[in-house]
Amino acid sequence: MDLNPLFAPASLAVCGVSLSNDRHPANVIYNKNLLRFPVTVYPVNPRGGTLRGEKVYTAIDQIENDIDLAVIALRAELVPETLQQCISKKVKGAVVISGGFAEAGRQDLQEQLLTIATRADFPFIGPNCLGIYAPSQVDTFFLPSERMIYPDKGNVAVISQSGGILVDLLVKFAGEGIGLSLAVSIGNKALVKEEQLLQFLANDPATSVIAFYIEGFGENEGRKFVNAARKCQKPVIVMKAGKTHGGQRAVSSHTASLAGDYKVLSDIFAQYGIVEAKNELELLSFCESLSSYQNSSAKKIGIITSSGGHGAMAVDACLAHGLEVPMLPEADQHSLRESLSPSIRTIAALGNPIDLTGSAVEDDFATATSSLFESVQVDCVLILLLPYLPGISSDLSARISQLAKKADKPLIAYVPHVEKYRMLIDGFEFNQVPVSPSIEGAVLMVEALHRRSSC
Amino acid sequence: MLRNIREILSLSASQYGWVMEPDAKDILRLAGIDVPLYRWVKTPDEALEFARTQGYPLAMKIVSPQVLHKSDVGGVIVGINTQEALLAGFEKMTHLTGFTGVLLEEMCQGIELIVGAKIDFQFGPVCMLGIGGVSVEIYQDTVIRMAPVEKKDVESMVAHLKAHSLLQGFRGTKPINMAALSQLLITFSSLVTELSDAIESIDLNPVICNEERCVAADARIILPPTRS
Repeated sequence: MDLNPLFAPASLAVCGVSLSNDRHPANVIYNKNLLRFPVTVYPVNPRGGTLRGEKVYTAIDQIENDIDLAVIALRAELVPETLQQCISKKVKGAVVISGGFAEAGRQDLQEQLLTIATRADFPFIGPNCLGIYAPSQVDTFFLPSERMIYPDKGNVAVISQSGGILVDLLVKFAGEGIGLSLAVSIGNKALVKEEQLLQFLANDPATSVIAFYIEGFGENEGRKFVNAARKCQKPVIVMKAGKTHGGQRAVSSHTASLAGDYKVLSDIFAQYGIVEAKNELELLSFCESLSSYQNSSAKKIGIITSSGGHGAMAVDACLAHGLEVPMLPEADQHSLRESLSPSIRTIAALGNPIDLTGSAVEDDFATATSSLFESVQVDCVLILLLPYLPGISSDLSARISQLAKKADKPLIAYVPHVEKYRMLIDGFEFNQVPVSPSIEGAVLMVEALHRRSSC
Repeated sequence: MLRNIREILSLSASQYGWVMEPDAKDILRLAGIDVPLYRWVKTPDEALEFARTQGYPLAMKIVSPQVLHKSDVGGVIVGINTQEALLAGFEKMTHLTGFTGVLLEEMCQGIELIVGAKIDFQFGPVCMLGIGGVSVEIYQDTVIRMAPVEKKDVESMVAHLKAHSLLQGFRGTKPINMAALSQLLITFSSLVTELSDAIESIDLNPVICNEERCVAADARIILPPTRS
């Protein structure tokens, strides 16, 4: 089954546009693709007529040109027939937006779609979903463009069982500067499931990190997903909802009672190096750091700070997440001290965390960062940058990032995120250095690299 | 081997709906899993004869198609050291519901682990290693992996137990035989993978581990409800 046409269609048919209600989901999808995306888009409604001055086709097979992707936003009962028409017309794939299938007790209707599509080897996403957002290609979300926040194009793909969670993640990706390669809401996932999308994305050159929001798997689907993830060279991150369900049935063995649904999933993900994100903060942190570093290890952390409190908080967080913060040898401390500005030489603490104090200047941060990049004691550097220090400018983050480009170790940064400090944040983000608005988040970014490398 | 195991399972299913301990032990033994020396005895004389050849101490467990949780009804006596205790214990067991004899076993000493498996709806056959014994559900110190497991999975399972240092020798005790534990888990996980259509879950609890052996001292096999 070829999924490519779904995500890079040259032509799009929108089935179910309304001639009277421009807020109808199909109209929203038609309008945004017409106005904002390079895909050629055709409206379909059995009554014909015109929409925005364009001809409305009475059926998909009335369209003269070839169609790559069809969006179906019709009443559930009408979907099987339309899907059949798509197949006859040799459309290459579909997104079924409509609800009213398995989630509403109509398993039979969903089975019909599955039978029709399987027989013809015809890929479709959904039903009961938002579908696909492929940056600068196509957008089947029935949400007006002006209300959406699109993240920059990047290398993280997100697949979600929930449309709402997906749209929310896009907002937060934009806020955190995480770039997106593809977003797919799979809804009832009748045919195309997590496993198939994982296999597709594993071979997608635009994607380096694959993130999932999963509510549950069907029978044996979890095993298939895990087996696909084992073959995938790219980091796979999963946020699982419904952790507290299951284990409610009366069980007669200890194993059945101890091995509840979530425990099984969580342990098996750990077995095969699938990075489980327990909440949204973890998901965002993991996506951001793994999008920069897919194959770095991070176990022994070197920390640079200008505040003792920040250093102590970071050490606590590192240890709580199973990371080490090794003491630097006296000799290394001594040679670093000789290179620092005279004003902080006697007051800086250099054991790790390296606390340069509030009197440090930019050269001191650069010197300390370089020394940790060269040190054999640490394999990852965490820098806590406080923008309000008198001795530093907004250019410091870009300067530090340049050092990171030449280094063979990952660099992770913490900068408080308010607009006033935007240049410092951008200095890291533009240079692919992950930067978090919280110390905890920055340590989670480090942990993601550790978990990825320790499996 | 597998054919014999399947015969025992299907006979147990049709007769009782579950697998009684002597049958479960037979299955494990056939699969190559270390179990204590045992005999299913139905009379005091048979009990005395086993004691004569095996020696003391012994453990005695009720065999009854109506008793699934043996210790809950007083159906387990451990540390039997004399002929008198053996006969008194046997007499007591005859009063339990559905008495069809007792299982007499050699006693093993060591750390009590639980090794389990279930056929998971989402992931198929999975196996579990944990700190076992009667308080297993209190500690809930367990690790689950997809079956079948390899040696490196077993190493990771042990490393992920909170109480893993207990296994590596703690305050004067010797470390357990890790190769034996590894072999047991590998054999067990491939057995449950083979039998995934015929079982629902299995508890080996406790598996008693010491520096020499890892022995499945008790086994509970639950059959799928749809099986007639």
